[in-house]
Amino acid sequence: MTAVENIRQTNEGGQEMKPRSEAGARELLREVGAVLRMSEAEVARLGEMPVDADEDQTMIINMGPQHPSTHGVLRLMLELQGETVLRCKPVIGYLHTGMEKTGEDLTFLQGGTNVTRMDYLSPLNNELVFSMAVEKLLGIDGDIPERAVWMRMLLSEMNRMSSHLLFLATNGMDIGAVSMMLYGWREREEVLRFFQKVTGLRMNHNFIRPGGLAADLPPGWRDDVLSILDMLPARLEEYDILMTEQPIWRERLQGVGVITADEALALGTTGPILRSTGVAWDLRRDEPYLRYRDVDFDVIVGTYGDAFDRYAIRLNEIRESMKIVRQILDRMPSGDYRIQNKKVTPPPRARIDESMEALIHHFKIFTEGFKVPEGEVYVAIESPRGEIGCYIVSDGGPKPYRIHMRAPSFVNVQALPHMMRGGLVADAVAVISSIDPVLGEVDR
Amino acid sequence: MSEQVADESLHGCPTSDSRGQRVVHPTRDGYIALLKKLLDDGFTICTDLTAVDYLVHPGRALPEGVDPERFEVVLNLLSIADRSRLRVRVQVPESDARLTSTFELWPGTEAMEREVFDMFGIVFDGHPDLTRILMPEDWDGHPLRKDYAVGRIPVQFKGANS
Repeated sequence: MTAVENIRQTNEGGQEMKPRSEAGARELLREVGAVLRMSEAEVARLGEMPVDADEDQTMIINMGPQHPSTHGVLRLMLELQGETVLRCKPVIGYLHTGMEKTGEDLTFLQGGTNVTRMDYLSPLNNELVFSMAVEKLLGIDGDIPERAVWMRMLLSEMNRMSSHLLFLATNGMDIGAVSMMLYGWREREEVLRFFQKVTGLRMNHNFIRPGGLAADLPPGWRDDVLSILDMLPARLEEYDILMTEQPIWRERLQGVGVITADEALALGTTGPILRSTGVAWDLRRDEPYLRYRDVDFDVIVGTYGDAFDRYAIRLNEIRESMKIVRQILDRMPSGDYRIQNKKVTPPPRARIDESMEALIHHFKIFTEGFKVPEGEVYVAIESPRGEIGCYIVSDGGPKPYRIHMRAPSFVNVQALPHMMRGGLVADAVAVISSIDPVLGEVDR
Repeated sequence: MSEQVADESLHGCPTSDSRGQRVVHPTRDGYIALLKKLLDDGFTICTDLTAVDYLVHPGRALPEGVDPERFEVVLNLLSIADRSRLRVRVQVPESDARLTSTFELWPGTEAMEREVFDMFGIVFDGHPDLTRILMPEDWDGHPLRKDYAVGRIPVQFKGANS
């Protein structure tokens, strides 16, 4: 059976990677990862790349969507010559649930429950960017109480730690360091336990809301954070011994999935992938939101743009987050945890029992929602995976007219063909893992 | 008033101010020419490309000289050197829902344009691989259009033979 016939028999349509004879010239160029005009030095380096073979010497195989190392339901179509990857095409959409459409039917108060489910490994960052966008539309973004702002920062950084710990776990699993998988999940669970105590839920908290937070920090929160901060450094040292200094680990990751700074910028990648190429771009430092201007931390950058750099960046970002959390503990102000603006804040529970107006007000806010002035706004923050943005258009009603989330994983996954080109199929797993995609966010 | 219309222009295109964020409104014909100039100005990253269907909200604020159309394609550009952002909003009429692809300028918009095509049915000329990206290939309609009702489609696979 020829490749063309084989494709035809298993065809699901035009989203798939086609054999070379059927793909257009431009599509082919994109799939082999050549979208940029290159300098002569780079062209010379291409000499190391495999020569494109005839169709009967290659084969197109599916990886995923059901595959333990594809992080959910990512499906890759790979064209292989022997063990070398010639072309790669990510096929996504298997987890698409129409969350942006759903978001148009939920009030601004309910919207948090929707966006928090997109990037399910950093739900608090999703809620944060959504809340900040709504607050900007309402014009109250400068009036959020200090305690609420610092609480948001605390939760955001703890979430970065839990997300990167899970990355270390899955990265270890993909490369074959199975004990790392258990360690990573174990440490993340400690952070999730803290989230459960604060928000009531391990994931999908809907805790950061427009105007502030759902509740104040519970008694004893400081000891919980301190116990995590005391536990983690020794564990991170262990990871260094287990992986960073281990020759097999380095062999598997160094020089794998290389991407240059120019490519990363042109493809719009952000977060650890962009920073691994040496571009020091972190929204926490470069477009400071919340109070990141007042805390001291370093932006971790890599040099080679390979999978090892991306691993090392995330490992060290946990350390930077711990540094930030320690400063937050020292400086956490007292005060209100949400804005006292009658428009967006429900009345206190005690008032509802004694005042009819408060009861009506409470009822109106939770059934009808609050109206947001007409306009459109785009707010971006640094999630563990890169720039997460929220574009909201309001027509003056209590529901967003259009809500769009700029998902970092969605953009980062598109860099896969460039990282895969010329690599081995065994390294494909390491490359997918180093992108750290969350398919809930890719497909939304 | 939610949107104050600023009277300055950028490369000959009217601009506006949306909650302190700068927005430029090119015409459909001047769209690619403007983007080329912006890329030369240092907007090296196109962070986001999306669209809005203004079918049931036609009376939005736009600067003078920009006629509202049903669709609007929205690009968010980022300049790392200046640490500045700029939003480009271009009107796309319903009768001829096409726009030139920005793939040549920012290759990263490839997937985003596919998403807009999938969700809104706007065709991008010059796109290397314009197919549906999130919905199945044989899907009817474009889900994020305002005249595409929620819950109209029966649940797939529900009646499958076991």
